[in-house]
Amino acid sequence: MKHTGVMLAVVAFASAATAAEIAPQDVVFEGGAVAGSLTGVPGDPASGRKIFLNRKKGNCLACHANADLADQPFHGEVGPPLDGVADRLSEAEIRGILVNSKMTFEDTIMPAFYRDEGFNRPLEKFKGKTILTAQEVEDVVAYLLTLGE
Amino acid sequence: MRTVTTLLAASALLLGAGAAVADDHDRIEIDGVVLTLRAPAPAYLENMDEVMSGWLFRSEETQALQLDDFDNPAFVFLDQAMDDWSRVEGSEGKSCASCHEDLSGFAGLKTVLPRVVDGGLQTMEDIINAERVNRMGAEPLKYDSAAMNRMVALIGLQSRGMPMNVAVDGDAAPFWEQGRELYYTRVGQLDMACANCHEDNYGNMIRADRLSQGQINGFPVYRLKNAKLNSVHGRFKGCMKNIRATPYKPGSEEFKALELYVASRGNGLSVETPSVRN
Ligand code: HEC
Ligand code: HEC
Repeated sequence: MKHTGVMLAVVAFASAATAAEIAPQDVVFEGGAVAGSLTGVPGDPASGRKIFLNRKKGNCLACHANADLADQPFHGEVGPPLDGVADRLSEAEIRGILVNSKMTFEDTIMPAFYRDEGFNRPLEKFKGKTILTAQEVEDVVAYLLTLGE
Repeated sequence: MRTVTTLLAASALLLGAGAAVADDHDRIEIDGVVLTLRAPAPAYLENMDEVMSGWLFRSEETQALQLDDFDNPAFVFLDQAMDDWSRVEGSEGKSCASCHEDLSGFAGLKTVLPRVVDGGLQTMEDIINAERVNRMGAEPLKYDSAAMNRMVALIGLQSRGMPMNVAVDGDAAPFWEQGRELYYTRVGQLDMACANCHEDNYGNMIRADRLSQGQINGFPVYRLKNAKLNSVHGRFKGCMKNIRATPYKPGSEEFKALELYVASRGNGLSVETPSVRN
């Protein structure tokens, strides 16, 4: 009985998230920043940490060193280290950089993680897809916000 | 905010470059042949002063494997290519050796390839297949195959130590322009160009790999990762897939143009074929 209640709650939660989700084309930028959540569901920093590491998801460590992940090998040097990033950037700035970094850094090498069109010769299986889902972006934002002094 | 981050990124870049430059070799010697590992960048490279061999960016262990032909695993495949060289194939009853007295006659050939012949770009692979079809009456080899790559390596080896010197002007100019365009065009879901990694970030670590300038003077290269000889077009294909882009086909006009352009970015570096990489 109790178990079913939890199940129902989860289902309701998930569908609410989908209803509120902002599509990649509808994201509103102010400068490079994106003020509101993409999903209305608070990000989960523990999940964000995993996505940050995962080579098939964020793979952020490929380019950014991060002292919080000192136990992991191979931190990249292509982008700036993300230690203390929460002290330098606001939540909206971080979200904007993740959704489409080119709105903040012109000509950057950093991929846009929540964009699904306008690519040249994407591999068939990634056509029309974003690298991260809206909730995964929120999870990574939540994780980066834990990287303060 | 933008300025601060750019400065941070720039200092990270310098640190990275410093790490690579800690390898201060200018030349190496293999089997009595001296190889130039750094050369002044050709004038048409606007964003770089020096061109550098991929050897400089690899670990000491990987570098060591290339310094002695007995340790270089590529030579297993070159031995196989020697067998192919004298094997009779095709309707004319000939082998390569029937017409070519000596492999050393090919010294210098690799340094000028790809080149324009009859209005199109000709690569080493094209030459090998033309010989097979027209002179031997044999089947062409698949462009990016083990048999092709080892023969390309065997003929490339005859130029070891000679400076790369592909033509970029005259009738090569339009192909070179096409290759240059491809080099700087962002592709794939990750939306990157060759230049983002191999011009803007050489010397920097990208996850477990130190980015090199993406030079092709050592191709075909033996890679520890897949324990075989890897062709130029095979490598281009791999880099495109990594950025989630649909690659062009090995042997395509696009990849030949890109090969000419990338080769020209290494003009002045010695032919190193067969290099060893991770
Ligand atoms: C291919 C390289 C690459 C990847 C992958 C990458 N980034 Fe970046 N990132 C950069 C670069 C380079 C910059 C610096 C901006 C510039 O000058 O282009 C940057 C800047 C940033 C900044 C701003 C840092 C500051 O201090 O101002 C944040 C935040 C950031 N990245 C987060 C991420 C996260 C999170 C991921 C993964 C989901 C990620 N990046 C993946 C290359 C990358
Ligand atoms: C996301 C980064 C990235 C992009 C974009 C990229 N490459 Fe690479 N490339 C690498 C890495 C990593 C390696 C292995 C380390 C090295 O040699 O630089 C590599 C290796 C190479 C090599 C082998 C160099 C050697 O000495 O063995 C060549 C050639 C090359 N790339 C060409 C290209 C070309 C041409 C393009 C564009 C079509 C391209 N790359 C795009 C990351 C990239």
